[in-house]
Amino acid sequence: MTTPAASRSVPHGPALPPAGHGTRAPGELAPGAGRRDRGALRRSIRRNLTAYAFLVGALLCFALFSWFPMVREVILAFQRTHRGTTTWAGWHNLRQITADPAFWQAWRNTAQFTGYALVLGFAVPFVVAVVLNELRHFQGYLRILVYLPVMLPPVASVLLFKYFYDPGYGLFNEILHALHLPTSQWLQSTHTAMLSVVIASTWMNMGGATLIYLAALQGIPGELYEAVELDGAGLLRRVWHVTIPQTRLVLSLLLLMQIISTMQVFTEPYLLTGGAGPQGSTTTVVYLIYQYAFNFDNYGAAAALGLVLLIVLAVFSGIYVRLNRETGE
Amino acid sequence: MKRFRHRGLAAAALVVAVGLTGAACGTSSSGGGGNAPAGPADASAPLAHDAKVTISVDCMPPATKKAELKEWNEDVATFHKTYPNVTVQGKSTTGQCEDPATFAAQLKGGTEPNVFYSYFTDLQQVLNSGQAADITPYVTAKSLPTLGDIQPDVLNVLKDSGKLYGLPTSNYTMGILINRALFKQAGLDPDKPPATWAQVRTDAKAIAALGHGTAGYGDYSAGNNGGWHFTAEMYGLGGDVTTADGTKADFDNAKGRQILQNLHDMRWTDNSMGQTQLLKWGDLQKQMVSGKLGMFIAAPDDITYMVEVLGGHYQDYGMGPMPGGQGTLLGGNDYFFKKGDTPDQIKAGIAWLNFKFFTEGQGQFDYARTKADALPVGLPEPEFFTGASKATDDKLKAASATMPVANFTAFADHPLTGHAEPPNAQEIYKVLDNAMSGVLTNKNANVGSLLSTASSQVDQVLANSQ
Repeated sequence: MTTPAASRSVPHGPALPPAGHGTRAPGELAPGAGRRDRGALRRSIRRNLTAYAFLVGALLCFALFSWFPMVREVILAFQRTHRGTTTWAGWHNLRQITADPAFWQAWRNTAQFTGYALVLGFAVPFVVAVVLNELRHFQGYLRILVYLPVMLPPVASVLLFKYFYDPGYGLFNEILHALHLPTSQWLQSTHTAMLSVVIASTWMNMGGATLIYLAALQGIPGELYEAVELDGAGLLRRVWHVTIPQTRLVLSLLLLMQIISTMQVFTEPYLLTGGAGPQGSTTTVVYLIYQYAFNFDNYGAAAALGLVLLIVLAVFSGIYVRLNRETGE
Repeated sequence: MKRFRHRGLAAAALVVAVGLTGAACGTSSSGGGGNAPAGPADASAPLAHDAKVTISVDCMPPATKKAELKEWNEDVATFHKTYPNVTVQGKSTTGQCEDPATFAAQLKGGTEPNVFYSYFTDLQQVLNSGQAADITPYVTAKSLPTLGDIQPDVLNVLKDSGKLYGLPTSNYTMGILINRALFKQAGLDPDKPPATWAQVRTDAKAIAALGHGTAGYGDYSAGNNGGWHFTAEMYGLGGDVTTADGTKADFDNAKGRQILQNLHDMRWTDNSMGQTQLLKWGDLQKQMVSGKLGMFIAAPDDITYMVEVLGGHYQDYGMGPMPGGQGTLLGGNDYFFKKGDTPDQIKAGIAWLNFKFFTEGQGQFDYARTKADALPVGLPEPEFFTGASKATDDKLKAASATMPVANFTAFADHPLTGHAEPPNAQEIYKVLDNAMSGVLTNKNANVGSLLSTASSQVDQVLANSQ
């Protein structure tokens, strides 16, 4: 089933000549080869001029809006500004943020959000995708239904959940009350605030992940299912022995993407609990960065914390890139 | 070849477009003036009437505020008659004149207008950014004739090491805002707002007893607003949140415990604060306008917001002084002058502010025009004048009042000493938010423990800032 390595090297374009045919030792040039090469280079540049011009635009955009801010952020993390004078501060900003009691709380909260988001936000879309994949009817309609929350503006979704969670007149407590079940303080308790934020976040974002899982599921050859069904496997065994192994890489990629995105969570806690939540229980790392920069006017501390987050995310991104490469192969 | 020419042309066009985009994205010069930066030479002389200068000025009303914009344009035209060569370029924003995040970014980038708007609390941030010009030599009785009648406390807020960096255009002190309609329904006297926290608790209980989800009293506990209110409430009891030298926390004491315990008891024992907590600025105003809230700590301009934005009615609201009566928190708005402004730009800015915000019967004090434009007149702010200027202002305001000013008598007739916000205010408020949210969201909250934790954290914040 695997593709032979030789035929994979250049998918589009002329095949490379086999090694040893027409090769030349380093430094050895045929008469007139330099002139020919320069001419070929010029022709190649001329032929691809439009492509290069388009590339310049993209590169400029990346340089201006991604790379330069990243470099600037790293520089800022080691600088202090006082009375308009910016000086090098060494490790001062890093020491300052680690001395802030909110620092470790923000990391704990972020880890808690990521953990909850993995359990809920990772498992729920997968289960929904598996169920959708098994359906014979209404699959298209249900796919739209599942994706619908993603199309809502995040602020609208969050405000909707803020109403649902209200302990006084909120929908959730009304339902629990009608069912004679104990009500909850939802966002207004240190015990349930973060979980409530994750539930809202999962509902808002699961549509995209579900569709990706569904696409991966539909790429699994039907013969594999037929084979295990002949062996008498039920739904759970089909999922365990075929679905999960066949979607392993997609699952791993989405897991990492989810870790990377959930560690940067800001909008949901900011709008649902005002950012900090009861006794700081929903203060996340990115919300703390926001506080440093825009409420405390301490760009050095904001940049330092941003740098720490960047390093943590870079590790996960590295794994993601590696897995992505494996998927490509 | 033809195809190549087209591709080449397309490429060239693209490069030009990218270049133009880059240019458009680039920084622009501050505009106006163009002379040397401000220096002390002949600074005390007012702006010459024929001086040719352009200034950009923050906080021009947006097009959605038609009446305010009309007044701004009229004022620019009138000002132009005195200074025909001065061009005032107004900069407007759609929401509040200052959005903190945008303001912080402008300071960092140095892109604020020549005369830029801010809140009283922003002085240290502005100075730290190195963006404010020292205007001490420019502000004299000649350039600002009412200077002697401006409350020294208010001017001091805009001074650092004896140097003046800004001019106030409005100020407020905080008090207790009441819903007069709910007071009447609960059998309370709306002309006697509660003066102590014990009275607040009693009145809140009576209002909450009206039922239908009505809360007697509300307070903030999110977005650093909880810490802000805790500070104001400490001032009301004669306390503070930091020591006088600003190096240590000073709220883990009987006054701090009284505030938190009272809030806890109102929330959990009396159930007079409603179930919805983690509220921040804007939330309590909505509750009061919808007739579901009896009282909250506020400034007079909260009423303007409730009427103009949320559709409330002036006659439904009243104000009393801060419970405790020992002091209150003062705040306000002001204009700074950008470092790098030329002397003439600073002088023109002061001349404009003098006309627009400090001259009786003109600009913001043209009450007759304000009334004719169906805008509110009669709120007890701004209140930065003393002496003869205040007497004239009170008289003119009363003559054109558009609201029952008697509703604010309890507040206006008992002015309390206003205290500015503490150093590192927002960082302290962030910590105190946790104490406020602790008592308002946790029935079993330990007030002593919350205060002790917050106190050590504020000590750390203050030590970090040294």
